Amino acid sequence: MKKGHIIGLGIIAIAIVIIITSIGDASSYESFSTAKEMADNGDEDPIHVVGSLKKDAVGTVTGLEVSEDKTSFTFTMVDNDGTEQQVYYNEPVPADFVRSEQVVVIGAYKSQEMFVADKILMKCPSKYQDNEFREVAATN
Amino acid sequence: MVIIAFVSAIVTAWSYYKYTTVAEIEKQSWRKFSRIFFYIHAVSAISIAVVLFNIIYNFRFEYFYAYSHASRALPVHYMISSFWEGQEGSFILWIFWDVLLGLFLIHTNKSWEGPVMVVFSLVQAFLVSMILGVVIGDLKIGSSPFILLRDVALAPIFDINPDFVPADGTGLNPLLQNIWMVIHPPTLFLGYASTLVPFAYLMAGLWTKRYKEWIRPALPWTIFSASILGMGIIMGAYWAYVTLNFGGYWNWDPVENASYVPWLIIVASIHTMITFKKSSTALKTSIVLVILQFILVLYATFLVRSGVLGDTSVHSFTDLGLSGQLLIYLFFFMFVAIFLSARAWKDIPTSDKEASVYSREFWVFIGATTLGLMAFQVILPTSIPVFNAIVEAFGGVSNVAPPADQVEFYTKFQLWFGVALALLTAVGQFFWWKKMDKTALKNALVTPYIVSLLVTALIISLTKVYDFTYMIILMAGTFTIVANSTILVKILKKSSLKLAGGSLAHIGLGMILIGVMFSSGYSDVISINNSGLTYKRDWEDELNKENVLLWINKPLKMKDYDVVYRGRNKKLKGVPGYVSVNKLEELDQVNKALATEDIVVDGEKYFSKGDEVDIILNENSYFQIEYYQDQELKFTLYPMSQPNPTMGLISSPDSRHFIDKDLYTHISAINSYGDPEWGDDQGYEVVPGEQFHLGDYVTTFEGGEVLEELEGVNLQEGDIAVKAHLLVYDNDREIKLDPVFLIRGNQIGKIPAINHDLGVKIQVENISPETNQFVFTMNSSQKDYVVMKALVKPYINVLWMGTIVMLMGFAVAIYRRYDEFVKMRDKGLE
Repeated sequence: MKKGHIIGLGIIAIAIVIIITSIGDASSYESFSTAKEMADNGDEDPIHVVGSLKKDAVGTVTGLEVSEDKTSFTFTMVDNDGTEQQVYYNEPVPADFVRSEQVVVIGAYKSQEMFVADKILMKCPSKYQDNEFREVAATN
Repeated sequence: MVIIAFVSAIVTAWSYYKYTTVAEIEKQSWRKFSRIFFYIHAVSAISIAVVLFNIIYNFRFEYFYAYSHASRALPVHYMISSFWEGQEGSFILWIFWDVLLGLFLIHTNKSWEGPVMVVFSLVQAFLVSMILGVVIGDLKIGSSPFILLRDVALAPIFDINPDFVPADGTGLNPLLQNIWMVIHPPTLFLGYASTLVPFAYLMAGLWTKRYKEWIRPALPWTIFSASILGMGIIMGAYWAYVTLNFGGYWNWDPVENASYVPWLIIVASIHTMITFKKSSTALKTSIVLVILQFILVLYATFLVRSGVLGDTSVHSFTDLGLSGQLLIYLFFFMFVAIFLSARAWKDIPTSDKEASVYSREFWVFIGATTLGLMAFQVILPTSIPVFNAIVEAFGGVSNVAPPADQVEFYTKFQLWFGVALALLTAVGQFFWWKKMDKTALKNALVTPYIVSLLVTALIISLTKVYDFTYMIILMAGTFTIVANSTILVKILKKSSLKLAGGSLAHIGLGMILIGVMFSSGYSDVISINNSGLTYKRDWEDELNKENVLLWINKPLKMKDYDVVYRGRNKKLKGVPGYVSVNKLEELDQVNKALATEDIVVDGEKYFSKGDEVDIILNENSYFQIEYYQDQELKFTLYPMSQPNPTMGLISSPDSRHFIDKDLYTHISAINSYGDPEWGDDQGYEVVPGEQFHLGDYVTTFEGGEVLEELEGVNLQEGDIAVKAHLLVYDNDREIKLDPVFLIRGNQIGKIPAINHDLGVKIQVENISPETNQFVFTMNSSQKDYVVMKALVKPYINVLWMGTIVMLMGFAVAIYRRYDEFVKMRDKGLE
């Protein structure tokens, strides 16, 4: 066999390893119920859950509890299936948190009741949107 | 103007095409014609930029772009960043750079001008179309930056008054209000724009069947893009390090990856191109890589701007509905490139010679392959959202999400690739300069190997690196530095600095590797929370709390330091350093305040009491954090925070730079500072000289003083004004509070004393002259605090120095290769 072929095979092998680990390490978007099933089956891999904060009739966020030393908090999140879940986050509350339209939590169940987020991504109202503008224009 | 630019770009492309294809005799006139059109294009492109800047500079808020990206409070240099904050502005920046590069190429080329400029003008036409803003039916071509606000927003105000112009814009994203953001985007875009040059040369070469000759002019430009793009990326990393609060310079965010991947490929293409010049191999690989780097830049643009990244990235642009257009752009050039290279494929000379293990071609090729694999490993997971979008477009359901811990995921590969690269550069450089066989190789490598082993051992014992992986990285980095330095010395002895580009750049690589290893691997969070104020859930012990709560003036032990938060500060125009908010009273005007005390810094008086002062961006507060060691103040940091109405709390860290490490501090949460909520009245009856507890504070009432005059009040005959002097003790601080009691006839006036830091408002309720007793009413609110995080980043300077060395290497290489091109051109060969 020629050296070129060996190198070629080596490259292909590494590429395959990369693809497989990428797939293996890729997380997935789940709902709280499927996440719980996974946790019950002993699967502790972190997953993504997309949802929004629980709000009351007037639109204020409910269920947000900040710890006494202000360095962590829990909140209630509703996923896209409508399941409510308490989520714990070991960081101070991001300041625009309550205004977020959509949140993505990345984490796993640590106990039966509590989903622990390693990371929270938020989608906030964009300033390109008209409704946002109306507010601003009205105050001017 | 935009339309002129668009049309002239198309005309230029067409006329340059003519110029390239027509017979020799007509060339002169076609060239003149083409050049005129390119100049028209250049002038209109530059005027677009000037006009847009003018709109921002003069606060023409009737324009949507100015309204949404600028505001009156911004200083001039941030107006420049407003310019490219939006997508349209950044496209204009790109167009602008391409125009400059195009003008440069027209005047430095002879035979290449025609075909190269065809490609150039086509790219320009596509870019200009992105800001065209023409709507034909449902089809939207481009998004113009010159749209009027009233055409965009459906606000009711425009029904009432169509000429309504908002008084102020919404301002620049505070994260971008940083000096690095003024220079990072132009550098990055120059990098992006310059990738077009080697691509254009390649296309020209394939088209005019000069399959080999394109390498020479393209090479300096490829190195140029690599260095500029690299510099742009590093500036971005540095910006992230000093402004963003994720505690590092690199986060493997899709947007970052999107610029890193093309850079890797550009670097790989440099290597194969140099190999080709030396030994006529690797031509096909070079062609593929040069096409790939340009396409990847377009792909990166698509990823960042199409909104496809959506919820995976923190800083992608919003979708302007241009993704389709970007895709057309991407596919057009991809197909043209593939078509041209496929047509030329069989005619491209290759060498059938099998590369020997002891040849430099072999090692450089392995190096380029490693770079390619690195790029592949990053681009694959980054494209997961694209994959999902494709599956969904075909009606499928895909719920693949990017890796949960991106940093760990990418690092575990990239680190080892980095090690491989470092070793390859060391060995490869030896092959490069000398013909090698087994024994010669052994002889050449043995000394650097031993030296680097010794150095590594020394570093390991000095810095206590006991992790096996990190030891290997350190070893690889040191080996590269030592081996390349050996070569550098040899080159400098024998010939000129001109040839030293490669070894310099590789030394830089070794330093970067070591710097990254230390600053990331040994990054140490020192603000570990031991307050014990947790929910006390069993699993919570596993989680480290990486933030601490600091009450004002109350010291907290943090590793080697005692840390005290001292309150908020502002920056003032004309005053060095920071000024406490307690010395300022905000005025209604933007960025204006009244000094309530003399402002003295280092013994020099800058403003007197009652002066009006200019605040540099009123929204920004700087939180004074003092670091003590052994009761001695070592240094003070001022991390910045800005509560932003649209984006929440925006924080910028402050770092103490030591030679061997950085101490990095950023604010995670602050006490809201607007109108405080005051608690219930609490009454106190005290006589002068008495000490009592005012809420939580020990306080001495020093006595009352009858005032002759009172600021802000015109004292009349018979008025009595009494100022009470209170001294409040908070830890090591004494704070004076002086409420005033005023009697005029039957009326009384109370002027309370307020201290926001302590959250105390106190006023004199009554004075009984017989007993000399004062009655005070106190209301308390939240005492000021910050929640912050502090990290130690060791040897991060090695990283920054490494990047500088690498850029120097690139600069030397550009000089050398461009010089070669000029010489050949002047000989009339190109």
